[in-house]
Amino acid sequence: MTLEATTTPASPIRAINDFVVKFSNVNGSGSASANELFAKAILRMGVPVSPRNIFPSNIQGLPTWYEVRVNEHGWLGRRGGVDLMVQMNPQTWDADLREIEPGGYLYYDSTKPLSRSKFRDDVVVVGMPLTEICNRAYSDPRQRQLFKNIAYLGGLSVLLGIDPAVIQKLFAEQYRGKEKLLDANVKALELGRGHALANFEPLGLQVRRADNVGDRIFVDGNSAAALGCVYGGATVCAWYPITPSSSLAEAFEKYCQKHRVDPVSGRNMYAVVQAEDEIASIGMVCGAGWNGARAFTATSGPGISLMNEFIGLAYFAEIPVTLIDVQRGGPSTGMPTRTQQSDILACAHASHGDTKHVLLLPEDPHECFEFAALALDLADRLQTPIFVMSDLDIGMNQRLCAPFRWDEARRYDRGKVMTAADLDAGKDFGRYKDVDADGIPFRTYPGTHADKGAYFTRGTSRDPYARYSERGPDYVYNMERLLRKFDTAKTLVPPPVERIGGKRSRYGAIYYGSTSPAMAEAVEALEAAGIALDLLRVRAFPFPDSVKAFVQSHEQVFVVEQNRDAQLRSLLVNEFDLDPARLPPVLHFDGTPITARFIARAIGERIRTAGPTPAKERVT
Amino acid sequence: MTYLAKPKLHHPSLTCNALGFTRRDYEGKISTLCAGCGHDSISAAIIQACWELDIEPHRVAKLSGIGCSSKTPDYFLGQSHGFNTVHGRMPSALTGANLANRELIYLGVSGDGDSASIGIGQFVHAIRRGVNMVYIVENNGVYGLTKGQFSATADQGSTSKRGVVNADSPLDLVGMALQLGATYVARSFSGDKQQLVPLIQGALAHQGAAFIDVISPCVAFNNHAGSTKSYDYVREHNDAVNRLDVIEPQAEIAVEYPAGSTVDVRQHDGSILRLHKLDAEHDPRDRIAAMNYMQRHHAQGEVVTGLIYVDPEPHDLHQHLNTVLVPFNVLGATDLCPGVATLEKINAALR
Repeated sequence: MTLEATTTPASPIRAINDFVVKFSNVNGSGSASANELFAKAILRMGVPVSPRNIFPSNIQGLPTWYEVRVNEHGWLGRRGGVDLMVQMNPQTWDADLREIEPGGYLYYDSTKPLSRSKFRDDVVVVGMPLTEICNRAYSDPRQRQLFKNIAYLGGLSVLLGIDPAVIQKLFAEQYRGKEKLLDANVKALELGRGHALANFEPLGLQVRRADNVGDRIFVDGNSAAALGCVYGGATVCAWYPITPSSSLAEAFEKYCQKHRVDPVSGRNMYAVVQAEDEIASIGMVCGAGWNGARAFTATSGPGISLMNEFIGLAYFAEIPVTLIDVQRGGPSTGMPTRTQQSDILACAHASHGDTKHVLLLPEDPHECFEFAALALDLADRLQTPIFVMSDLDIGMNQRLCAPFRWDEARRYDRGKVMTAADLDAGKDFGRYKDVDADGIPFRTYPGTHADKGAYFTRGTSRDPYARYSERGPDYVYNMERLLRKFDTAKTLVPPPVERIGGKRSRYGAIYYGSTSPAMAEAVEALEAAGIALDLLRVRAFPFPDSVKAFVQSHEQVFVVEQNRDAQLRSLLVNEFDLDPARLPPVLHFDGTPITARFIARAIGERIRTAGPTPAKERVT
Repeated sequence: MTYLAKPKLHHPSLTCNALGFTRRDYEGKISTLCAGCGHDSISAAIIQACWELDIEPHRVAKLSGIGCSSKTPDYFLGQSHGFNTVHGRMPSALTGANLANRELIYLGVSGDGDSASIGIGQFVHAIRRGVNMVYIVENNGVYGLTKGQFSATADQGSTSKRGVVNADSPLDLVGMALQLGATYVARSFSGDKQQLVPLIQGALAHQGAAFIDVISPCVAFNNHAGSTKSYDYVREHNDAVNRLDVIEPQAEIAVEYPAGSTVDVRQHDGSILRLHKLDAEHDPRDRIAAMNYMQRHHAQGEVVTGLIYVDPEPHDLHQHLNTVLVPFNVLGATDLCPGVATLEKINAALR
């Protein structure tokens, strides 16, 4: 039995270039590369896709999913719901089947017969005996497993109308110079295609060639941020392995091996140190920053918790530090392989005492690249820790985004550094003196001058000339200067992005980071339903004053976040002294990426039921 | 306000070193530690060592953690940059600083609480990595700034000033440094300047991870009968294995010693460590023998001091990482940025 059209539902879903395919696999079975090929093949046909890994904290054996949204219009947020389930893991059969939309499709390995009761009446079932096919074709157990993935890809290409030539071209690029591997993969693809062509009709879901990808690139945020650090001139990376940030440090090293080796000496113009813990990694970054090198670390929430004491030192002693926080579900170990935006407050106020830190909030890999490079400049300019707040959704998933750009004339902003020549010219050097009324003092690198410009860096209070002092006025001068510096930061960070409709709405929404694609889609859905919404995407903390103006020009501004406690909203209320009732939170924090459906429903219901008066409950 | 500036008056007859500096040029601010504190003697030894070796003061970077010992970098080498980091974390900050500019001399000053208690992990890993540094622990077995609690190096059975007996066994930082691969390991006593100054000089000339454990009695909280880190106890139990002369490459002095009693160790920078052996049994170039020797004498209640181990051809972190010889902190966009053409290629590969 190959085609099990157990029941033909009244209306199987019919869609061209607009559907969701979810792959259900066993972790460690080699499915990842086949699934990625699937996504890339559709992209090469000019149709935007957005894949997401939904994976366990596990190396082998546990269930893992790969969800691909195919959307010609270019909506890259997670849609929710599944139109085609590629079911390759019996462990999760029941739950996976429940997720399929009515009229959707199930594609599975039918080698082992299943009773009728295991299926749904309203789902089209396509069973392909993949294990049987591969066991017949291969004798090596590893090959049987790996090529099963390619064989189901072959089957899918027939069912969905994906051009096999595109997949073959991808193989050729991937296995350039490895002809044996290339041939074997082509053969496995044909194995799947042959069976499918002989036994199945194409599904109601079809991929058609389009031209909606343009010059966009397909890359994960961690690689992008790593490349931003390379372009931004980071020479020291100290890190400790933690999901979901590990691939960032590894990508940095990989790019450096390619682009940062001195061709003459063969020596490295970078140092990557895997530290013994996050405390040591931030300590190394502080030491390197103090000594004039550009240094960064990449981590996630638990690492931020550990780094707090050093972050406070860097804030108070004014040391350039770049931290990339790829956020995951907290608190504690939380959901280490799920996404959240729940470190906002922990980073904005990291460490004991009065602190305020600069946060950059990238929406996609393109901005991960931009903001990582910018963070290195800002850290030097402001002599303080700069946080790039990525998250698992951006960091570990490939996302279609604008290509990376760089201005050849761009030079690094090393900030206010006094040189030996400046000191010899008799310039007054007060390490903690506000000479330009911007709160930013001058610094010197260690070893600059034989008898001028040396100072003792410490986390204890001191006077403007870096001399130890516990006098109240000295302490207050310094703390107020740090606030002035934070005000200066407002003028240097990326401004918010506003999207105001033709006519200004009574309602607005503020959002940031990985919520971006879902928000863009949600606002169109709301518009279609007759609800106009103005948008403001915050890209940094401290917030420029235009954020306040946006709030004040709307009756209600929904603050859409992926955390429980409305963390960015707290910052907005505090920084601008706003009435919290004006800022109803819309909160999604179950660890899955927020969807347009969720946002549109939450905001739509709130506006319809509550009208202009503030709604008090949180929507989750 | 505990900041005390030191008047910059020089006596005209003070001797100058080859750079034309007097010892005063290597001093820092006035110490705020207790009168008679062993740590001040160590600061004086550092000053003496740097002055005699003609080190430019500003080419030294001083790093420390938190505690009495960690305050001392403010009291020597006033022309050097100093970084008083957080408790127990000097080693990581020093490692990062060293990566940023390999041309400076890195002097890490820590205490037994800072290194053996809160900072033991960082102590271990900085030594494992072979960071090119001089790591001095000013070891008094006690928390001075918080008034007399035991640290992890306090000997089992030793008593605090208030009469409390320490039940925990001590961490032996010298033994650990040997085991972890430090390439220069010494122990000394703050009250023995003759021994300490050349040990610091040897460490400054060493191009790898150099560790010196300096027993430094705390006059306020750990200098009583029952303490094993008091002046009296250490003087009575000091078992010096050797005496050291550090001879700079350009200034070799020919002094005759009885055959068999001296060992010359030429370090990578050309300097010679001339060891006058006080114990014929101990060979400081043999790590395993050194470990064995230390353990045996420790069991006999002796505090072994002197140059315990040296590897004259050490490797350091920069060699392991194969970094460029230029300091990272002078590299600019032209060196570090791969440029637009490369970025276009990267973009193309991501389509």
